[in-house]
Amino acid sequence: MTKKTTTGADVLLKVLENYGVQYIFGHPGGAAIPIFDALYDSPLELVLTRHEQGATHMADGFARASGKVGVVLVTSGPGATNTVTGLLTAMMDSVPMIVLCGQTIRENLGKDAFQEADVFSMTIPVVKHSYLVKDVNDIPRVMKEALHIATTGRPGPVVIDLPKDVTGADCTASLDVEVNLPGYTYQEKVDSQGIKALADLLKKSKKPLILAGNGCIISSAEKELATLVRTLQSPVITTLLGKGAFPENDPLSMGMLGMHGTAYANMAVDKCDLIFSIGSRWDDRITPGNIEKFCPDAMKLHIDIDPAEIGKIVNPDASVVGDAKLVLQELNKLVSELDSKEWVAQCQANKKKYPMKFKIHGGLKAQHVIDEFSNQTGGNAIVTTDVGQHQMWAAQFYKTQLPKGWISSGGAGTMGFGMPSAIGAQLAKPKACVICICGDGGFQMTLPELSTATVQNLPIKIVIIDNKFLGMVRQWQGLFYDNRLSGVELKGSPDFVKLAQAYGMKGFRIKRPADVSKVVAEALAYNDGPCIVHAEVVKEDNVFPMIPAGGTAGDMILEEPKKRMEKPKGST
Amino acid sequence: MSLLNTHTISLFVTNAPGVLSRISAVFARRAFNIDSLVVSPALDGKFSRMTITAVGDSKSLDQIIKQCSKLIDVISAQEYDGISILEKELALIKIKTSDKYRTEVLQVIQHIKATTIDLNDEAVVIQLTGNSEDLDSSIAMVEKYGIIEIVRTGKVLMTKGTDKT
Repeated sequence: MTKKTTTGADVLLKVLENYGVQYIFGHPGGAAIPIFDALYDSPLELVLTRHEQGATHMADGFARASGKVGVVLVTSGPGATNTVTGLLTAMMDSVPMIVLCGQTIRENLGKDAFQEADVFSMTIPVVKHSYLVKDVNDIPRVMKEALHIATTGRPGPVVIDLPKDVTGADCTASLDVEVNLPGYTYQEKVDSQGIKALADLLKKSKKPLILAGNGCIISSAEKELATLVRTLQSPVITTLLGKGAFPENDPLSMGMLGMHGTAYANMAVDKCDLIFSIGSRWDDRITPGNIEKFCPDAMKLHIDIDPAEIGKIVNPDASVVGDAKLVLQELNKLVSELDSKEWVAQCQANKKKYPMKFKIHGGLKAQHVIDEFSNQTGGNAIVTTDVGQHQMWAAQFYKTQLPKGWISSGGAGTMGFGMPSAIGAQLAKPKACVICICGDGGFQMTLPELSTATVQNLPIKIVIIDNKFLGMVRQWQGLFYDNRLSGVELKGSPDFVKLAQAYGMKGFRIKRPADVSKVVAEALAYNDGPCIVHAEVVKEDNVFPMIPAGGTAGDMILEEPKKRMEKPKGST
Repeated sequence: MSLLNTHTISLFVTNAPGVLSRISAVFARRAFNIDSLVVSPALDGKFSRMTITAVGDSKSLDQIIKQCSKLIDVISAQEYDGISILEKELALIKIKTSDKYRTEVLQVIQHIKATTIDLNDEAVVIQLTGNSEDLDSSIAMVEKYGIIEIVRTGKVLMTKGTDKT
């Protein structure tokens, strides 16, 4: 049967195709059938997932690895509600994403129709913008606007709710429609005066500290950042999501700051006379509950594309709203080397005195496995993670060299993010080595996507750090709740090597420290498809250093405390 | 914690479904209660004017305004204070009027410059316009006769001079 007319769904896919979209991550359902029907004739490739949450994390991983928009297609009702976690994840970490949701026909809206959910209303707090399309001829404009909004300024997810009778109707609207968004602006021009103010304050600093956040990664400002760092001779710390903005093996890199940051990063925060956030939002993983105690004697400088971030947590002494790359290009023309030799030496001495370390003997350590992956890949793999202890160990021990080489759910802290996002990242970067580091808990939340990895035949390496516990919560219960372990022991997990085989994948196992080097090498050499590396690590290891939630560098503990600790005042 | 004050925010928004939900979600997320809200189409019907009064601390409100400004449907959002703006509100008040007090009530109504818009043996409905604080004091003056019901429109505002709000 040949199609005679052009439907809304055809036009929708055509706009995506013209924009350069290659993959759609999705799962079908009744209300989305017209769009899936249109896909039949479209050059866009569908990555069929096993769950809609998986689709959103794949699109997210694709977007973070490539810097391009990730596209998701799901059906109405539960199909759409299953994307909410993925939307929150993308919203919190400023990831460009389009989520296309099928919806019941217009006539049935608001009548509790089969698989009807008020997706527009329930996603309002987790989207940058959203649409409910009521007229098929609005589709070209809505799609163009959505792509523009998702990918510009501070990126974020856009939901488009598409009633089935709208996508199925004939569309006569031209594709050459103008985007008309009078309420949408973002800073495109460079604020020269603001940049001069930053430069003037920088000049006076003897103990500068640059804090690189996700904004550096999103704007691809790594070259400009490196120039600034080397010109000023300033140490650099990064947020969790800023990892990769500056090579972590560089002598000026002090690694990650915050709750589980390196001791030397947090000491630098405590002692600096100027802290310069470039694309970080000073969130509560890196700042104390009482913000007055956050580097109290330091000048605070801030660059952010989002005006709502300026002054939200920290009131900066100088700030510029703009794209990190463009702002740094101008700033670099105004700065010169600071009188910071002593300070740099002090930071580097702390780095030697308080190194990140682990004991290689006495059972297999997660840190050992991650450290080995870091060494054998030279920090040049794309690493995705879940959330919890393994995530913090990965952040501490995987020395990321690549910008866009570190993909982790920072703001939302979404368990189950790692494996699907690795699938998306590998599709975005087919030649890259993609490693998912996850825990036994989070992995099982989106485990069905192993099928998707197998079908796509992607050589991702899924490293399961299996300590038979929901380790981070166990750590808190151990440190602050008299070790009253509640709801944290993960019994009944499958044998992950056998699971790999059941999915037609290769499975590796590491049980002893002596096997680490050999098995890691084997896993990295295996590129015929996805593989699981099941690392059976010691059950009750904790992540240190640790600043209890809400605390400052002065509250940092470097190793297992001898006494019971006070419950922290901050949030989780 | 800074002091709780009443703030008046004027927003210029696209006249589209869902805009009100998006804006009220920004207030609700920080547990800000909206005291009054007036929405009406602007001169150009593609847009609407929204005036919101809410009580809260100034720092949170700054953040709320910034987050409202970020919404794609919001063209502008700004807080206004009394110096640069004209503000008005309208109230309908239903007051008990027994034979004993009718004359007195009508005198008070005249004094507070209200308009009587309905009158019967037991009640009078009056219309008051003015700034919100004047309405509060006028209402206080008729309170003792027994107010059956009040409906207020909420504050609307406009900047003085030729500048657009």
